[in-house]
Amino acid sequence: MNDLNPDPPARPASIGGPQPVLIENARLLDPSNGLDGLGHILLQGGRIAACDLGPLPGEPPSDCDRINAKGLAVLPGLIDSHVRIGEPGAAHRETFASVGAAALAGGVTSVIALPDTDPVIDAPAMVDYVRSRASASTDVRIYTAAALTKGLAGREMSEIGLLKEAGCCALYHGPYAMQNPVVMKRSLTYAKDFGSPVICDTQDEALGTGAMNSGLNATRLGVSGSPVEAEIIPLERDMRLVAMTGARYHAAQISTAGALDVIRRAKAQGLPVTAGASINNLTLNETDVGDYRTFMRLLPPLRTEDDRLAMVEGLSDGTIDVLHSAHNPQDVDVKRHPFSQAGHGAIGIETLLAAALRLHHNGTAPLNRIVEALTAGPAKLFGLNAGTLGVGMPADCILVDLDAPFVVDPEVLHSLSKNTTLEGARLEGQVIQSFVAGKASWHAKLGG
Amino acid sequence: MSDTIASPPVKHRTPAGHRFKHPHLLSIEGLSREDILYLLDRGEAAVRLSREQKKREPVLKGRTQINLFFEASTRTQGSFELAGKRLGADVLNMAVAHSSVNKGETLLDTIGTLNAMQPDLLCVRHNQAGAIGLIARKVNCAVINAGDGAHEHPTQALLDAMTIRRHKGDINELTVAICGDVLHSRVARSNIITLGQLGAQIRLVGPSTLMPSGVGDMGVDVFTDMDAGLAGADVVMMLRVQRERMEGSFVPSEREYFHFFGLTRERLLAAKPDAMVMHPGPMNRGVEIASDVADGPQSVIREQVEMGVALRIAVMQTLIEVQDRGTSATIQKAVGGLA
Repeated sequence: MNDLNPDPPARPASIGGPQPVLIENARLLDPSNGLDGLGHILLQGGRIAACDLGPLPGEPPSDCDRINAKGLAVLPGLIDSHVRIGEPGAAHRETFASVGAAALAGGVTSVIALPDTDPVIDAPAMVDYVRSRASASTDVRIYTAAALTKGLAGREMSEIGLLKEAGCCALYHGPYAMQNPVVMKRSLTYAKDFGSPVICDTQDEALGTGAMNSGLNATRLGVSGSPVEAEIIPLERDMRLVAMTGARYHAAQISTAGALDVIRRAKAQGLPVTAGASINNLTLNETDVGDYRTFMRLLPPLRTEDDRLAMVEGLSDGTIDVLHSAHNPQDVDVKRHPFSQAGHGAIGIETLLAAALRLHHNGTAPLNRIVEALTAGPAKLFGLNAGTLGVGMPADCILVDLDAPFVVDPEVLHSLSKNTTLEGARLEGQVIQSFVAGKASWHAKLGG
Repeated sequence: MSDTIASPPVKHRTPAGHRFKHPHLLSIEGLSREDILYLLDRGEAAVRLSREQKKREPVLKGRTQINLFFEASTRTQGSFELAGKRLGADVLNMAVAHSSVNKGETLLDTIGTLNAMQPDLLCVRHNQAGAIGLIARKVNCAVINAGDGAHEHPTQALLDAMTIRRHKGDINELTVAICGDVLHSRVARSNIITLGQLGAQIRLVGPSTLMPSGVGDMGVDVFTDMDAGLAGADVVMMLRVQRERMEGSFVPSEREYFHFFGLTRERLLAAKPDAMVMHPGPMNRGVEIASDVADGPQSVIREQVEMGVALRIAVMQTLIEVQDRGTSATIQKAVGGLA
């Protein structure tokens, strides 16, 4: 195993736990507690010792570090629930350490790592490996979704019960939809017994092979198109299987108005279904492919502006439960190709919050919903002890200047891969400090 | 036989004057509670016969019994053979699993051939549900279902009921947990009906992938958690899990199956202290059952085998008597149908 990875970077050992921190005059923004107003938060002993509107009643701990937020926002640490990391198997693209650094700089304190690594995370020992490697490499809490089927091959279910006992937070099948409905049915049936949520990407591998969204743009560029039906047909099938089995199903990456309708119907039926979306599909559209920009080759592909607007509405009305970065580090060996031959995927964990805040700044989605879909939404869905400023909870939170502008420079991003969709983009919303278990794990170099 | 479990007197017996009227034993479904009790009572008498030094009561002397096993079997075929021999019948084992069927002969041609040999009893196992019923309609002798696909295995359920009754005295209101691969199990289906007829509370325990759809409507309680399913049970009946079903198709792996559904000593503590442990055999030690439980004081697995011979003696005697009484319209009809 050691051959697969470089040594973990040295980390300063904390002596006797972090110093207590009191943040005052902060705009507390915590949808899980319906909180939005000026107040205080006290981090002590790795937990949130106090958090409420107004000043801290009584005296703060004598040894505490007092921060006057001067109206800047404090949010629960973000949860990015759809993240690819190069470890194991492709550490030149991303390591636990590098993704951890990128996450903390972006205000993400919990990550759900997808299992489509090399080897695939489909056995209890592999879950142990990820957990121990990750915790030795970064302060960020790295959870793992394990493969639903052995080798993600879609033929035999993996050891779902043992994987859960080993600590996986969910099961995953992707990046394409399961082909065989019998395997899908049995896997859902079995997963339900163990209460594990099943995360599915729902692009059909045969129908969805096109390099970009099907339509006029693809035709003009002469690029093969992937129709919206490639996403909707497997999703509709899966809704039937969910109705049949009662399994908890999370459609992790929907991108079309049609898929939103399917999710709305399923939810109205009372099915245990949730939906997630990549921030890319809420902030970009197919025209961003422009002149064959391979960093815009994504899965699901960037869709039409109508689809994007429908997605934003889906976030606002709660149809979309979870927003994520779909972080997928790809080296130049994969991206420096003609568009249709380039690999798909883009990094995004470090810019997730700022990209999502575009929807707040341009007034298209309520801030409360955006933050919820990045915190309480995924926490509830995957059973994580995170995503909230509730007293007694782990002290994972971030101090953010929601309005601070910056220009995305790929060279200053912490990810080992630089395939961002946002190169040169002007965004607003800078993370000043990220705390994990009460420890200031990242601090912006202000003015630097 | 295990001596550690007390054997109270049997409460329910066949009502006086009950007559068994079925020409075949194709399934438990269709038998009345009285029919079942009748076979269990006769089985008791056959236990006494089997325990004598000279184990023969040649009531079937001169009669021909053919064991026709389209699916390989050792213990069940042996049990039928021994039962026939103890009753003095001429027993013929047709190894059809390896013969004419493989040469392309249809099932009904095989049956027609055998029927021409004038047997009095056919004991048949087939891997297809409903195959035994089809055969019974084409012969003019008594047919015993020795297992058809995932449909029924009536003699197994009756011998299980006999074993339980000998230990518990009465099956009424006992809690019986049937654990494992219910989906593919004919033993489970026959037991659900048999023990249900006798008043037991039946629980099915196993992963949902091994539960047949709609089974909850058969008057049973379904559990996917072993500890919950075993809590307070009087009888724990383990089912065999085929290894080829534990490589990811129905269950991820053997080790996962044993971890969550294997009957271990610790798990058994959830059941009543005097709970009986049963298994129709052959067992997969370390997969559905731990060795120390299979061989432990609560296990009646060997006794089930003994009861198997006795119960089959009882069934054969009964069916031959029905045949001799000539009351069966079905047999006459079958004869007509063959002509």
